[in-house]
Amino acid sequence: MAKMTMTEKILAAHSGRASVTPGENVWVNVNVLMTHDVCGPGTIGIFHEQFGKNAKVWDPDRVVIIPDHYIFTADEKCHRNIQILRDFVKEQGIKYYYDPDFVNTQANSGMPSPYRDPTKTNYKGVCHKALPEEGHIRPGEILLGTDSHTCTAGAFGQFATGVGNTDAAFALGTGKTWLKVPPTMKFLFHGQIPPYLTAKDLILAVIGEVSVSGATYKSMYFTGEGIESLTLEDRMTLTNMAIEAGGKNGVCDVDEKTLAYVRARSTRPNWTVQNDDAGASYCFEHTWDLGTMEPMVAKPHSPDNKDTAHNCRHVKVDRAYIGSCTGGKITDMIFAASILKGNSVKVPTFVVPGSTEVHSDMKKLALTGEPTKPGEKSIEQVLLDAGCQVGPSGCSACLGGPADTFGRLNEAITCISTTNRNFPGRMGHKEAGVYLASPLTVAASALTGHVTDPREYVSEPIMTGHAGLV
Amino acid sequence: MSTVITGKAFVMGDDIDTDQIIPAEYLSFNPSDEAERKYFGMYAMAGVPPKQCGLPKGNMRFVPEGQFKSQYTIVIGGRNFGCGSSREHAPLAIAEAGAKVVVAEFYARIFFRNCVNGGYLLPCESVQRLVEEIKTDDDCSVDIDNGLLTNNTTGKTYKLRPLGDVKPIVDAGGVFEYARRSGMLKR
Repeated sequence: MAKMTMTEKILAAHSGRASVTPGENVWVNVNVLMTHDVCGPGTIGIFHEQFGKNAKVWDPDRVVIIPDHYIFTADEKCHRNIQILRDFVKEQGIKYYYDPDFVNTQANSGMPSPYRDPTKTNYKGVCHKALPEEGHIRPGEILLGTDSHTCTAGAFGQFATGVGNTDAAFALGTGKTWLKVPPTMKFLFHGQIPPYLTAKDLILAVIGEVSVSGATYKSMYFTGEGIESLTLEDRMTLTNMAIEAGGKNGVCDVDEKTLAYVRARSTRPNWTVQNDDAGASYCFEHTWDLGTMEPMVAKPHSPDNKDTAHNCRHVKVDRAYIGSCTGGKITDMIFAASILKGNSVKVPTFVVPGSTEVHSDMKKLALTGEPTKPGEKSIEQVLLDAGCQVGPSGCSACLGGPADTFGRLNEAITCISTTNRNFPGRMGHKEAGVYLASPLTVAASALTGHVTDPREYVSEPIMTGHAGLV
Repeated sequence: MSTVITGKAFVMGDDIDTDQIIPAEYLSFNPSDEAERKYFGMYAMAGVPPKQCGLPKGNMRFVPEGQFKSQYTIVIGGRNFGCGSSREHAPLAIAEAGAKVVVAEFYARIFFRNCVNGGYLLPCESVQRLVEEIKTDDDCSVDIDNGLLTNNTTGKTYKLRPLGDVKPIVDAGGVFEYARRSGMLKR
């Protein structure tokens, strides 16, 4: 038998082949197709144009629709786009749709009032966080999503990649897509994650090493005991930013942490775990020792413009932003809040939970990651007491969005952010500068008003308890 | 018969990402709505920082303010053109503005795939870097079948890489027509 990587094994299994080799083009069967409010309307339009007015999707239980981008805006076209999703879901009998039920799509309805209680809405927030939470991510499967950060789900040992509207429309009608089998780059991490680093520092180091195009057409495989030592949420931070190196997908090994999460959440009982064969071939290998790595930033205007937080200590920041699929998970909130606890931010600091589940946990859990005990503050309360502004869950200012988006950079200011991308204009104004960093570095910088190495605040390991586990 | 695309070139640099090609604030337009689709043309390249826009001089507009169509037919880029998001609105915006072909050193894969599968634009790769060879407003011709770009203003000719595996999809005009021709989809 040919020795294959996880990505090769998944693509072989889904194309009815015993084996595949990098560079081959194969037609694969897709397990789940995800779309959202920005790309859904265009995808639905192409689907009807190509398959007919009365066409039906290939499997209404395998199409997952998660509005998340432009929810909290008065822009009526955005409301209209949500109505297009609602109509399509009804027409097709789609089972997994997470409606922002507080959005009124009538004319002149203005800015929607956000959910009052994050546990009492069908709305879930950012698709990449909501997909595993709602049980749509399983090892060994293929996920396509109309969003470049769909690669996040590779943290669970699956092949997940972003596609455009045409590819999504094709898959909606057929359940298939064509893929060129990518060669795999192996990133090996030795040691255990130290308290002052998060996966964000690791991925910024990787992208800084290989560049924003270094993994173009390739799969990125993150492995070693350093990755084993990460929570699933932190692994999602790694795979989330595979696209920032140009990667087709990013994967982590499947272990007990993965299986426990998926068993507790999956909407389907069966899946096949694929891990790399011993002796599989890699087109590139690089090794890091977590003990010698430093807190990293990506300077404006590219995710590969790497430097250490320490070297950038003289850079003044005007704003801090903690949120997104990359840096808005519950463990990210605990990391940030552990530094902000009992202190006051020096610059406006915007916090956006990655999902309504994260938001609910922020209200329910203490900094320990366990439910608050009498007299103990919630994570959200710690952040509010430090002077942060906490907004409703969603993609929010990570990608700028409409001018009335919470936290959007409407002026040429400098922001330090836990998000994933800092090309010109990404968070709004095209002359604004964005420093990408870990939630620890962003929180430390929010307290000082300049880029700050979190080692000035963190010495003990930050325990996250059961937060984000199952 | 060979396909030759002739027109004025618009030149940009490296890592022109999809947020520069079509900023996120304009993604509320629905590309499937005829009346709204043309706005993607109006805002094509609206996010490119002025100094990088229309090299070597910069501060040039791809589409004149308030208009829907560009005078440029050929877009020249450097490395990693179209990196960033998966938004198909990016090749659609360039095509909607009236450009027919992009010639870059290489592409981010989702942008390339969207160009090909959606049939919006020809994404050609140049063998050598052209960003410093061609000036915005130069008159150029791209000969697809022979894989050549000629700068008619300077008289110099440059080689393009073959389209390779995706050529049948490009020839079909997109993945749907390709799948129909190959019998995967019913006509």
